[in-house]
Amino acid sequence: MAAPTTLTRTPKRAAGPRQEDGVRPRPPRRRRIRENATAYAFLAAGLICFALFSWYPIVRGLLLGFQQVSFAQPATWVGWENYQRLFDDPLFATAWKNTGYFTLLALVFGFAAPFVTAVILNEFRHARSYLRMTVYLPVMLPPIVTMLLWRWFYDPGPGLFNNVLGVFHLPAQQWLESENLAMVSLVLVSTWANMGTTTLIYLAALGAIPGELYEAAELDGASIRQRLFHVTVPQMRFILMITLLLQVIGTMQVFVEPFVLTGGGPDDATVTVLLLLYRYAFVYNDFGMASAMSTVLFLVLGAFAAVYLRLSRGKG
Amino acid sequence: MAGIQSRRRFIATGVACALTGALAACSGPSETGSENGVVTISVNGMPPKTQPVDRKYFEEDVKAFEKDHPKIRIDAREGQMDPKTFSAKLAGGQLEDVYYVYFTDPAGLIQRRQGADISQYVKDMPYYKDIKPEFLKVFTGPDGRLYGLPNGQYSLGLLYNRDLFKKAGLDPETPPATWDEVRAAAKKISALGDGTVGYADYSKNNQGGWHLTSWVYSMGGDIAAKKDGRWKAAFDSDAGRRALQTLHDMRWTDNTMGSRQLLQIEDVQKMMGAGKLGMYMAGPDNIPTIVKQFERKYEEYGVGAMPGQATLGGGNGFMFNPKASPEKIRAGIEWVQWKYLNPDRTEFEDKRAAGSDVPIGLPLDRLFTGQAETEQDAAHAKYANVPTKNYKPFVERNGEIEQKVEPPNAQQIYTVLDGVMQAVLTKKDADLGRLLKDAAKKVDGILATVK
Repeated sequence: MAAPTTLTRTPKRAAGPRQEDGVRPRPPRRRRIRENATAYAFLAAGLICFALFSWYPIVRGLLLGFQQVSFAQPATWVGWENYQRLFDDPLFATAWKNTGYFTLLALVFGFAAPFVTAVILNEFRHARSYLRMTVYLPVMLPPIVTMLLWRWFYDPGPGLFNNVLGVFHLPAQQWLESENLAMVSLVLVSTWANMGTTTLIYLAALGAIPGELYEAAELDGASIRQRLFHVTVPQMRFILMITLLLQVIGTMQVFVEPFVLTGGGPDDATVTVLLLLYRYAFVYNDFGMASAMSTVLFLVLGAFAAVYLRLSRGKG
Repeated sequence: MAGIQSRRRFIATGVACALTGALAACSGPSETGSENGVVTISVNGMPPKTQPVDRKYFEEDVKAFEKDHPKIRIDAREGQMDPKTFSAKLAGGQLEDVYYVYFTDPAGLIQRRQGADISQYVKDMPYYKDIKPEFLKVFTGPDGRLYGLPNGQYSLGLLYNRDLFKKAGLDPETPPATWDEVRAAAKKISALGDGTVGYADYSKNNQGGWHLTSWVYSMGGDIAAKKDGRWKAAFDSDAGRRALQTLHDMRWTDNTMGSRQLLQIEDVQKMMGAGKLGMYMAGPDNIPTIVKQFERKYEEYGVGAMPGQATLGGGNGFMFNPKASPEKIRAGIEWVQWKYLNPDRTEFEDKRAAGSDVPIGLPLDRLFTGQAETEQDAAHAKYANVPTKNYKPFVERNGEIEQKVEPPNAQQIYTVLDGVMQAVLTKKDADLGRLLKDAAKKVDGILATVK
């Protein structure tokens, strides 16, 4: 009967062999491995996949940034030369400026639009499923179809938008051909094409907010605006924080829209970081420069994520 | 216990053998590609299944070649050199031994040593000496060595819609020969209304830079020139200014280029196929694409030579995998010569294709000089299945204007010139002098890396 008594005591971890403390002895290593073999096998599959398709390419990419490669001859080490050439390229600064502008606009449109849409949809009592599906529908379209559709919308001749403007006797716009409008036009496409997923996430988060909170707020005489800012937003803070982070990381890597719709024009107004990276790699076949560019992008996004999480944790 | 251990050892050995076998199977053919004296070479350029007639002829040719050359086997594949996949294929050992390229590719490939030196293998090649030297020059490196063989050639000219010419009161037999005449014709065609565009040009994905190069050439200028052994931008010149001014006038003063810009080749071909475009700068090889893709008739299109003094030449050819063995390179050259550079087969090929939808008689592929050229021209004329009189303006004048090649580091330069083209076509108040000056500064930086 001594054993149960011993077990009720707080075990002294460092004192003597565990058997004497009454803790079950650890099985021999070989047996432990055999018992956990299935778990190790599953883990190994995942590790091998990550190592082959993520970690190895990342390390190889970092190394390529310091090499000149032709894949026909052995690679030669060139030190910081690729980075030097990258910083000397006048389009490097342009691409970052344009990407920053796109990200800013995408936050204004792309971050607010799904939230507002989700809040409005959440208020509907009828046809909610239908409306959800309608909002999500563009996400299901292949990106290239979306781009071709919007190219017709933006066509300065027979395009939809200029026809609509014409009905109201407003002047036709050069949506993609104007330096000032081109980036805004790309952001509109991107927002339309991608907001469905974020809206659904927000709708799920809205559904999880306890109804009592709204009832209590109503009893306290809170207006709709006050309920939104004092109940909805604080309750969704975590989701909003994560989607903002993902949104910034996603929009900084914008590629399809400028590639298909403007090719970086007019006059380099929509050359983005990824479009420039694509040109280095697949137009000029300069994989050293492309890798240097991707490393810079990786560092910038990594630094942003770290600072953002740090700041938001501090506030929490 | 011993039984269990030996069973484990047996399983381990089995797994090791299986893995070794799998790896060996993945490692591909032997270095020389030769077994029992038979060399197998992989080649691309095989037409896709969507072009059944071309595909059938290609497969027939492979069989005939293998019958003629029992020591060579052809592993034929679809496609051509694609910059997006080229490096990955080369790095992964998947690049064909003989690969198809456009004239825009060899300079960069040679500079990066991604093509084999074939100089020593072509000395005894039949008809090698009859190939026009300017096309061999495209495949010649700065070291004077040869890295490939041409198999097709075109010059940029002015492709036009004959029906729209007639409707606009223009003579389709005499297309414009100067840019002033192009402007005048574009005005008349645009005046037809209903969204008809007089003249269109590219300004996206480096294609604007490519065409602006031809514009500057046609005005008598150059994109890059060598001074004291160093390459410098040469388009900030009178010719460059005239090219931009003409484009700007057509776009903004005459309003004959339509309002939609940032176009690329597919967009313009679509406009031409829809019967909404009068003229655009193109090689005669664009005609079959438009006819087949948009179900038009050859009779509807004509082609004239490039207005002005000079034009940009283009074309295609074959290069060889730098990792291929000498046996494979020799076999590859045999194949390219037999299939693509063989005036002895021209009559047979033209006769075979004459009854199909493969066009015979377009003003293309004039790679040879002398007797070989005469024989090929005669065969093309005999079996022509397209209206060759529509190409007479091109044939008559194209020989009189200078044929120029692309500048060094062409793709990088085209990126810069794309911006110039876009600014001219999208900004009414574009400062043309400033555009040329800024672009020249950028191009000087690009050319500084040329050895």
